[in-house]
Amino acid sequence: MALVKNGTLVADDEWRFVAEADEIPAEGAVVVTARRWLKERDRFAGRNAPTGIKIEAGDDIKALAADIDRFGLVAVDFPKFNDGRGYSTAHLLRERYGYKGEIRAVGRVLRDSLLYMHRCGFDAFDIVDKDPLGAWRQKLGEMSVFYQPATDDRTPARELRHPRRPLARAS
Amino acid sequence: MYRYDEYDHRILAERVEQFRDQVGRRIAGDISEDEFKPLRLMNGLYLQLHAYMLRVAIPYGMLSSTQLRKLAYIARRFDKGYGHFTTRQNIQYHWIKLEQAPDILGELAEVEMHAIQTSGNCVRNTTADQFAGVAFDEIEDPRVWCEIVRQWSTFHPEFSFLPRKFKIAITGSPHDRAALCVHDIGLRMHRDAAGEIGFEVMVGGGQGRTPMLAETIRPFLPKQYLLSYLEAILRVYNQLGRRDNIHKARIKILVGAVGAAEFARLVEAEWQASRNEDLELPAAEFERIHAHFALPPYEALPAETPAFHAKRFENREFARWVRTNVSRHKQPGYAIVTVSLKPEGGVPGDASDRQMEAMADIAERFSFGEVRVTHEQNLVLAHVKEADLYELWRNLGFFDLAAANAGLITDIIACPGLDYCSLANARSIPVSQAIGRRFADPERQARIGELKIKISGCINACGHHHVGHIGILGVDKKGEEFYQITLGGSADETAALGDIVGPAFAYDRVVDAVDTIVDTYLGIRIEGERFLDTYRRVGLQPFKERLYGAR
Ligand code: SF4
Repeated sequence: MALVKNGTLVADDEWRFVAEADEIPAEGAVVVTARRWLKERDRFAGRNAPTGIKIEAGDDIKALAADIDRFGLVAVDFPKFNDGRGYSTAHLLRERYGYKGEIRAVGRVLRDSLLYMHRCGFDAFDIVDKDPLGAWRQKLGEMSVFYQPATDDRTPARELRHPRRPLARAS
Repeated sequence: MYRYDEYDHRILAERVEQFRDQVGRRIAGDISEDEFKPLRLMNGLYLQLHAYMLRVAIPYGMLSSTQLRKLAYIARRFDKGYGHFTTRQNIQYHWIKLEQAPDILGELAEVEMHAIQTSGNCVRNTTADQFAGVAFDEIEDPRVWCEIVRQWSTFHPEFSFLPRKFKIAITGSPHDRAALCVHDIGLRMHRDAAGEIGFEVMVGGGQGRTPMLAETIRPFLPKQYLLSYLEAILRVYNQLGRRDNIHKARIKILVGAVGAAEFARLVEAEWQASRNEDLELPAAEFERIHAHFALPPYEALPAETPAFHAKRFENREFARWVRTNVSRHKQPGYAIVTVSLKPEGGVPGDASDRQMEAMADIAERFSFGEVRVTHEQNLVLAHVKEADLYELWRNLGFFDLAAANAGLITDIIACPGLDYCSLANARSIPVSQAIGRRFADPERQARIGELKIKISGCINACGHHHVGHIGILGVDKKGEEFYQITLGGSADETAALGDIVGPAFAYDRVVDAVDTIVDTYLGIRIEGERFLDTYRRVGLQPFKERLYGAR
């Protein structure tokens, strides 16, 4: 397993994932489960280091909406590679709750999931692969045209087809 | 019909190369079968009893003559000379070699075809009314929307790992030929009081071991909101659908568990929250897709074609075929022809390479080079001049394609069953062949009238037995093939699930049982009643008594 972020390997990840039952260290960036955050959120108020949360498949992220700007990282867990709930989670975090920080895919993050994850708003990937960086490069380069708009900045075919269309979203 | 542009082509070409790489890694032993399985399934490649099966998508059943010739070529070069048209308007090849699969996909890509999302827990091929665009009572052509849904759902990053497979069907006519009620989402176009066109949205239909009819969650959705509304449904399902049990993972179980009203509320809330996400199709893109479905250049013809009627009087066989296989067209002087793939003794939905090539030629000569596949496993020529019908019929006859049985008792839907499918309990094909032989007499078929028999080799219900007027389901009884019979199912706008008539029948008794059921019906029907009408009037009892004796 290795962390790939912005297309490069991250050797020294600052985030420490704290298991449900473990003490939360006083120092350093920590990631706690969403469940724990909701139970103990007041304890984190005085902490002087960044906090992240880990969302497990099935967690109701609506409950976290109000706190979303307090997280330096949101890790979304994939218990199985074909459990697709995390894709909707990332989409909602970005589009519905306006979360701008790092969204990291953790768990069964395999090479054939990477492109879809990236399109849904993930920007960091804890990849399970012998050659994580190679997997990343291969998979992100395999497709160059996309039909539907998603939570990324790739221009879908339906807009490429009509290049002179005035920009609808000019503001 | 829709033609690819450079973007569609590029997507497909990249996909073929991706799969070639995956197959190469598998053959080299770099990846295990376990790792390879989801990858091949995403390309429609299944491992069956004897060989690999490749399921090729035929988007909403539309084929050009060029495409059909390619399908024939693949059947000859890579299979045993035939293909099998399915109830999802796709085609399956049952004798495929793994190492040839990438080449087949390459061949398909040349004619704008593929096997993408014909398997896996994603949005599958969207199906449509086979009379789309030409039905006389149509409100709007559903194929435009099918193509919009196809593009939106292809490699959808958020919805490619749903709890389970997901099937959408669309019709633009009041008469439902697309079996909307047994789809995960059924969309029926209609007009509201103000004359605007939109969709009635039905959700949660399905067959399998827990058959359910779809329920309406929104009576009228203005059509321009289709994509955002579909996303809302899928997002709710993706988050809340069950993933702990494959048999409880379809959306119908979720809709059943929370209730249609609550499900509708969840979708509505999600939709309201996401409507500003800029999902709806830009007008220029809608127009571009719409233009592909312009009707062919019909000739201005009188409503009546005397020569055609004269032929009907002269030739009884032709007249019989016209009665069953020719439907009314919205353009004066034209007709819609259903080409039956159910000849006596044949395998429902099978077509040989020669038949496919013949159909391609015939379509070019008589129907603007276009062929459609129906969910009832037949083909349709949608634009035939009435004046050409006789000549067309003669040509079909040369290739064993002129069976006059559309909608009759021998127009049977059957899944591949135990002859091919590794999940089967029992054979479907020989049962349908035996029924076909028993009822071969055309006079008798005509007397019986409309009667839809549907056969599945196991509870997965690929043969739609739950919605057959007579449904036949293969079950396993201590290693022997038995068949459970249901009566009164229907897949049209009066949809119903069939009722189990009683204990299952052994393989060699099932045709007799069907015969008894038909005989009972003929004895008690009131003039003009179809089988389904009689059944709805009298219920199971008379059939039970005749089948099992008075108790
Ligand atoms: S119904 Fe059963 S036997 Fe028939 S094709 Fe489907 S899975 Fe196979």
